[in-house]
Amino acid sequence: MKFPPFRAPTAHPDRAGSRTGLRTTKLLAVAAAAALALGGCAPAGGDQETIVVAIVANPQMRDAVSLQDDFKSKHPGVDVKFVTLPENEARAKITASVATGGGEFDVVMISNYETEMWAANGWIDNLQPLADATEGYDTGDFIPTIKDALSYEGDMYSVPFYGESSFLVYREDLFKEAGITMPKNPTWDEIGEIARELNDPAKDFAGICLRGLAGWGEVMAPLDTVINTYGGQWFDTDWNAKLNTPEVKAAVTDYVDLLHDAGQPGAATSGYGDCITRYSQGKAAMWYDATAMVSSIEDPASSLVAGKSQYAPAPVKETEAAGWLYSWSLAIPSTSEHKDAAWDFVSWMTNKDYIKLVGNQIGWERVPPGSRQSTYEIPEYAAVAKAYAKPTLDAMYSAKQSTSMVNPVPYPGLQFVGIPEFQDLGTRVSQQISAAIAGQKSVDEALKQAQQYAEPIAKSYQEGGK
Amino acid sequence: MTTTTTPAPVTPTTKSDERKSREARRRFTGSSITTVTWLLAFIFFSPVIWLVMTAFKPESLAASNPPVFFFVPTFEQFGAVLAGGAGGYFLNSLIATGVSTVLVILLAVPAAYAVSIRPVKKTQDVLFFFISTKMLPVVAVIMPIYVIAGQLKVLDNIGTLIILYTAMNLPIAVWMMRSFFQEIPAEVLEAASMDGAGLIKTLRTILMPMVTPGLAATALICVIFAWNEFFFALNLTAANAATVPVFLVSQMTSEGLFLAKLSAASVLASLPVVIAGWVAQKQLVRGLSMGAVK
Repeated sequence: MKFPPFRAPTAHPDRAGSRTGLRTTKLLAVAAAAALALGGCAPAGGDQETIVVAIVANPQMRDAVSLQDDFKSKHPGVDVKFVTLPENEARAKITASVATGGGEFDVVMISNYETEMWAANGWIDNLQPLADATEGYDTGDFIPTIKDALSYEGDMYSVPFYGESSFLVYREDLFKEAGITMPKNPTWDEIGEIARELNDPAKDFAGICLRGLAGWGEVMAPLDTVINTYGGQWFDTDWNAKLNTPEVKAAVTDYVDLLHDAGQPGAATSGYGDCITRYSQGKAAMWYDATAMVSSIEDPASSLVAGKSQYAPAPVKETEAAGWLYSWSLAIPSTSEHKDAAWDFVSWMTNKDYIKLVGNQIGWERVPPGSRQSTYEIPEYAAVAKAYAKPTLDAMYSAKQSTSMVNPVPYPGLQFVGIPEFQDLGTRVSQQISAAIAGQKSVDEALKQAQQYAEPIAKSYQEGGK
Repeated sequence: MTTTTTPAPVTPTTKSDERKSREARRRFTGSSITTVTWLLAFIFFSPVIWLVMTAFKPESLAASNPPVFFFVPTFEQFGAVLAGGAGGYFLNSLIATGVSTVLVILLAVPAAYAVSIRPVKKTQDVLFFFISTKMLPVVAVIMPIYVIAGQLKVLDNIGTLIILYTAMNLPIAVWMMRSFFQEIPAEVLEAASMDGAGLIKTLRTILMPMVTPGLAATALICVIFAWNEFFFALNLTAANAATVPVFLVSQMTSEGLFLAKLSAASVLASLPVVIAGWVAQKQLVRGLSMGAVK
């Protein structure tokens, strides 16, 4: 229905309503002003300095939030506000803010994937002078591979909160029962054999759990370490895409076949979280993944298999080591206007005393691992982490390109390619791999498509001479 | 072989019998429709039931497979959520939602008047222009908005959210209010003007009381949209202006369990909207059906 235009014969509507009209306008203006004024309700403290810290919502980071009173007692002039978001949201938000100079954050949590690129772009500050000037901070105590991964031109641009590598966890009790011994440095061929032997689909029991979920931080992380040790690579030193080489094909085929023969059911949609659940419920004999898994599977509150596992190094093929390297670390964006206060906070959260603070106040099993060598010398931590401390440390020490890759590559990173395009490229390639795991396409088809995705990026680097 | 064909027994049908069977059939159809309705209602409502149930579970039961239906309810998760600084987020949400809704209504009512009761020139074009602002996906404009807000130093500012939410809800409010205004018979307005009522007086004393249900419905829609808005809030706020939906995602983690806590936070987050809807219920039913007659 359309309403007929109605023309009221009022002669002077304006005059009739002028007073009320004025009032309405005033009201509007007040509302708008109030809205804008409310927006600016930043703390008006006199010499109190406020810093905003963006962190990832993982348990160890939440612990830091809960311990902030300790920081405040040491730095009474600094107030800290936290922005806590899950990994994907945090990464997107922090990247957008730092890349465009948004300036909302004084401290950001990033990883070794971003650090070198962002340092080169001038987006984050050089922390080396600050660290050197801070008494007792001791950057030499950081695990060397992590320190290298967070450095640009020899200086640290972010400092590690925790670090991780990858290793293989296996059920020692079941291995004993079946009369199998885990080799000291297992190869993928040996692991494949054992997994197929222990696999028992009738009892919903998998020989091995491996990530199959699409995502550059999901299936690509373990798979890239397999590709590395098989002698494959994403790009060669002349920036040629190398995703359809026989080495990559062999690695991906073995990974997919192993999942088909002895992996968890529904592997194509199963990621880190699903493998945690499966392994802790006693539904897998082995699992190759992040060393950070120990905080879940060795916790009796959430795991049925706590204390029943042993740990072996990442399985290899052509190399001596194969583990990955990852670190959540803290950096100061160059846009920050409170750099001294920001460093006060960063150094509080990453120094030796913080480790002890967590151990004493929250519990030694909750200590952020893999950042400092001295952590592993603390007797209380050594006692709690007896089963996995040494395997973790060994994995971290050997996680470098020289020991884990056959051919040299032009990019940093083990389980990722340290170029900005990788978030997108890695995700698209991972979707192909996931499709192969689901049986929707063959490994050859998946890798052919992956190669096509990688070629334009390779070309842009060849032409740009980057 | 002989076949005897016995004629089918003719049941004597009287009028009353027929009526009875028709009634029985009707009753059967009626009760089966009721059953289906209940079933559908249950299916639609089950995620909410599940959410509320999970909110009262301890974390270890929330993630269990197969799911647990009988358990001792606990308020532990609600306590944890409230202790986690939910207050600031709720306050921000209240301000952003409240102020933007008031602004929307103040702007939408005159605009709707101008495109229904006293149509301006090219009303159809104006209406199309309003709605066309909703056609561009938000994700396509977030980067320019972010950069502009950054340059103007209004990132992480509630005022920014209020302006965006007002702009976001205004087209919908104008369209809704227009359809409510159109329900008003021309004679009423004629009578008002005959009695010498001016524009503002007509608006205030004649039109507004007649469209109150519509106004309530429009305001509630604006409240719901602004309260639940996530994308702008996530991208444009940080520590000072973050709203409840951002608080909800911060309950999630890629390591460790969070389902029960997230559910408790979600229950708390949806309470204000449920209360607002319940308060406006009577007006709402009338308001929603008013627009539906056409």
